Amino acid sequence: MHRPAPAAATPRQRAGLFGRIADNERWLWRLMLAPAILYIVLLVGFPFLLSLYYSFSDAIVASREMNFVGLENFRRVLDSVTFWVALKNTIFITVVSQVLVLVFANALAMALLVDFPGKWLVRFLILLPWVAPISLGSVGWLWIFDSIYSIINWTMREAHLLGPGQWPIWLGTPELAMASIITVQVWRMLPLATVIILAGLSSIPQDIHDAAAVDGAGFWRHMFQITLPLVMPVALIAVLFGIVFVFTDLIAVFVLTRGGPYDTTQVLASWAYFIGIQGGDLAGGAAVSLFLFPVLVAVAIVFLRMARRAELT
Amino acid sequence: MARFPTVLRKAARRGGHAGILVFFVTFLAFPFYWMMITTFKTTQDLYNTANNPYLFNTPPTLNHLQVLFNDTQYLQWLANTAFVGVLVVIITLAFAVPAGYALARMTGAWAQNLGIAIFLTYLVPPTILFIPFSRIIAELGLQDSLWSLVLVYPSFTIPFCTWLLMGFFKAIPRDLEDAAMIDGLSRLGAFIKVVIPISMAGVLTAIIFAFTLVTQEFVYGVTFITSSAHYTVSVGVPTFLVRGDVYFWGSMMGACLIASIPIALIYNLFVDRFVAGFTVGAVK
Repeated sequence: MHRPAPAAATPRQRAGLFGRIADNERWLWRLMLAPAILYIVLLVGFPFLLSLYYSFSDAIVASREMNFVGLENFRRVLDSVTFWVALKNTIFITVVSQVLVLVFANALAMALLVDFPGKWLVRFLILLPWVAPISLGSVGWLWIFDSIYSIINWTMREAHLLGPGQWPIWLGTPELAMASIITVQVWRMLPLATVIILAGLSSIPQDIHDAAAVDGAGFWRHMFQITLPLVMPVALIAVLFGIVFVFTDLIAVFVLTRGGPYDTTQVLASWAYFIGIQGGDLAGGAAVSLFLFPVLVAVAIVFLRMARRAELT
Repeated sequence: MARFPTVLRKAARRGGHAGILVFFVTFLAFPFYWMMITTFKTTQDLYNTANNPYLFNTPPTLNHLQVLFNDTQYLQWLANTAFVGVLVVIITLAFAVPAGYALARMTGAWAQNLGIAIFLTYLVPPTILFIPFSRIIAELGLQDSLWSLVLVYPSFTIPFCTWLLMGFFKAIPRDLEDAAMIDGLSRLGAFIKVVIPISMAGVLTAIIFAFTLVTQEFVYGVTFITSSAHYTVSVGVPTFLVRGDVYFWGSMMGACLIASIPIALIYNLFVDRFVAGFTVGAVK
């Protein structure tokens, strides 16, 4: 579609440099974009390059001196047992939480698609974990998982699901601590995934549902052969956000377990924090946090592909 | 098929529907309900394992909130959060409103790519950048200062708000600006006097989103800030109130609840717009 250059619509020539820029679109666009791009380059691009540089140096908090040490940091990191535990945990937590989120969010979004009284209240309650600061929500879970006063344990004991003497220590046993962290990750990512999938479900044209009903598709067949395939591209977006947020998350582990017991629940981000900031080993911390980057690149590529497809249709 | 099973099946479906909702609302909202109960319970009630924890076994108390407001720096943290939030919102708007408009009105393939590139920088997580930042902030002399947060937080609010505003500006018909320009306004004048006033809903959405992101941020806060007087809420509560072996659960839960609910109420009004931003145009 071609439109006449809007500048041609200007009735009179404005005097002065400002007036000319205000009307010259090419320069106006550049001037309007430049500050934002500069801010992003200086405060995202530059620190990122610095992070790369640190990972090949021997930078520590206490000293300004820095020497190039090649791959020494990466060798040190890869030799460490904790690194492999952290990498495994990060991947495990991300995959399990996102599979659960995908299943739960689809079920919940379908339940929210129909109208019922009090829907706004339900929606408000469902969104709470996403909107409230994650660190505060995690503190709430810390209390729920408390070693002595856990509400889960009390409820299970009253329901006779726990025998006498049985009292799970949620954050003190490696397996249960992992389960607790996954629970919190599912809890905080489920609202976003649900509203995104709900938006996808609402955008399916009613004709398609009608046609399926006329053709006699039953409930399950309708769901698995029509609704789910159509909502999958949108669900993928929800999962991509979930992967980025969970894979790079520090907060849940920091608040709930601090990586304990004995580093069994450490993830890459928390370990980078503990050695880089608390331990003062900037180079080591930078090397660890760089392992978060490949996932980000992969997600970015999928996003670009989807955006291109959205543009074509 | 006979009529009876159809009725049964309908009832089952309705029951299943309610069951799903009850299950998920319980899972998602329970921690907040639990914060509320804990906030108003007396200490001896909280720590008596024989009591039913769901009920008030002794009359509710405001003690924990008094401790929170009088004996901790909670109010200071709220004030710090508001201070950083307001400044970050102003900075974000100053950068993102013009950028979003330029991206919406530019033509050509690379304008589209530039928009997506800016959006993708929102996904670069603090956990990749916080280690070099700790040194940069120290070099700038901003360590343990709220200004460090004011400087760094726009690095994630600007990308998302630019993307969000671009969507809004695209939805405004160009004819409006063309008409204003025929009436003698420059392109810039048309943007300021015509486009911005009718985009207030979009600007408001960007304000809410930027402010919410500030209240939620944790990683930079815990890295740059070292004295408790300069914490924001999201950092102060989990680090300073959870220190040593003594947990003041009642006060802590009150702190979490008070900081969460107002933001949730406001955010809820705008949620559909955020979803539109998040879905990258795949949902129309």
